[in-house]
Amino acid sequence: MFSFLVFGAAVYTLLMVGLVAYSVVKGSIDIFSYEGIGFVIQTNWNPVEGRESFGALPYIVGTLISSAIAMAIGVPISLAIAVFISEIAPPRIGTPLSFITELLAAVPSIIYGLWALFVFRFWVRDLIEKPLYDAFHGYLPFFAKTPFGLDIFTAGIVLAIMIIPIVSSICREVMRVVPNSQREAAYSLGATRWETVRVAVFPYVKSGLVGATMLGLGRAVGETILVTMVIGNVIGPGAIPTSLFSQGQTLSSLIANEFNEASSDLHLSALIALGMILLILTMAINIVARLLVKKKVKVSSGAKSE
Amino acid sequence: MNSNNNYRDILQETVTKKYKKRLFVDKLVTILTVVCVVAAIVPLVSILLEVVKNGVSAISFEFITQPQGSIGLGGGGVAPAIQGTIIVVGLASLIAAPIGVVTGIYLSEFAKEGTFPNMVRFFNDVLTGLPSIVIGIVGYVVIVLAMGSFSVLAGSISLSIIMMPIVVRVTEETLKIIPHSLREAGYSLGISKAKITLFIVLPSAKNGILTGIVIAISRIAGETAPLIMTILGTSLFFTGITGPVDALPLRIWRLASQPYESAHAFGWGSALILILMILALSIGLRFLAQRRSLFK
Repeated sequence: MFSFLVFGAAVYTLLMVGLVAYSVVKGSIDIFSYEGIGFVIQTNWNPVEGRESFGALPYIVGTLISSAIAMAIGVPISLAIAVFISEIAPPRIGTPLSFITELLAAVPSIIYGLWALFVFRFWVRDLIEKPLYDAFHGYLPFFAKTPFGLDIFTAGIVLAIMIIPIVSSICREVMRVVPNSQREAAYSLGATRWETVRVAVFPYVKSGLVGATMLGLGRAVGETILVTMVIGNVIGPGAIPTSLFSQGQTLSSLIANEFNEASSDLHLSALIALGMILLILTMAINIVARLLVKKKVKVSSGAKSE
Repeated sequence: MNSNNNYRDILQETVTKKYKKRLFVDKLVTILTVVCVVAAIVPLVSILLEVVKNGVSAISFEFITQPQGSIGLGGGGVAPAIQGTIIVVGLASLIAAPIGVVTGIYLSEFAKEGTFPNMVRFFNDVLTGLPSIVIGIVGYVVIVLAMGSFSVLAGSISLSIIMMPIVVRVTEETLKIIPHSLREAGYSLGISKAKITLFIVLPSAKNGILTGIVIAISRIAGETAPLIMTILGTSLFFTGITGPVDALPLRIWRLASQPYESAHAFGWGSALILILMILALSIGLRFLAQRRSLFK
């Protein structure tokens, strides 16, 4: 009786996954039969009745670029924090620090968003974007747009701030499984601390670190409300960014912006189809990430028991 | 003899030179990591400072007991949002916590290996990684469309789908580290597996599982995206499980996108209340756990 109950609960998990797949497919059938595969490669977005035309390309691009910026900034910093806590700092400093990073991970993304919208975007605009613009706007197309503070660059930075606690704590977990004998061997050959980390720690957990990064990427790609608040929210072909300081739009932010105002079933269906693209994207990223993290931890726990 | 000495000098010199360079690089990296740590702490400090600074001035008795006043003029409060958050999150926890714990028990006690449990584990991980807005779509398609209106139920079920995999994970991990000898002691007395699980294994893992549940609850309490498409948000109090309701994260989002100063002040106030609620939850849990262990 009891074992039947616990089995039932396990089946419920599978049921929920089925439910997710079912609703996303069911919701997006309309738009795919209307636009066909063009939905993924077109750039128009016109919900006006009679002239409907929907294309998701600009938002796919926006999602990828804002996440790429987040990764470029967030991953090195996360890695540095993990190295500092697990390899450099004495426990007296390391333990409270890891507590603080965990605290950051618990802050809801809406609060990051509020802070980014009213405080941080002015920092970004005045301290980073303005100088970059003044220095380079003549030569580099990257910076060729008067900065405004609400753009993909800001979205990328705030996303980076959001994923740093998550990525750094997984990196720390992964680096903890490196046996101390590895480090001692490097030290005994006269390696400095950084050389030890580079030759003895990093290679040992490379795939785990890549996995941690990709879990962060999954978060960044799927994050909605935070991005919606700072990315500028443009639609149509103009949403394909031409510079770092362009206003943009991601898959999730477009859904959040238009869902309550969707005028027709087709428009709704297009928004749900954006969700489907997002689902496929994050699922692929996460599956690869989990496989990488798991593989590493298994190998190393096997090595420990020997 | 002379040339030999020369060689040694040159060798010594290069080694020292290289060593100095290596030490320099080491120092540099250490400094860089410290800089990164500081760079990560600055936002945290700024967020907390801003939320407290702007939030405190917005909060009053009226703010936490009254519905919102007229738009643009301010006045009133966010009581419906506080009430809505408690109802929606509470209901979601009532769905997700038991099912999550029982699934965790299944994975740890009843079926450790095999194709089916591995499949459950895999899809559980998949669920954990799904963006919350996609889960919101599920609530919309399955419940809102079927019932014809935005509702508390749709919001709670969506949030429960986000919460459940976290609880499953934590339960399985916690039960795994309960020593096997405890279970064997039960078996040797001829107790059934169900009773061993319920009365021996589960109680000893209680604190770990509770912590996991609280972490999961604080995660869903801050979710905004799935609520947009399920509970919609109103300025009125709870009217029933099949009607729309408000929630703090949703209210913060709506307030932040209004052009009025007073709305922004309300947003900060709501943010402070949300953080305080999440904080109270985890402090309450710690208190509970400590009192329990005192009684033992």
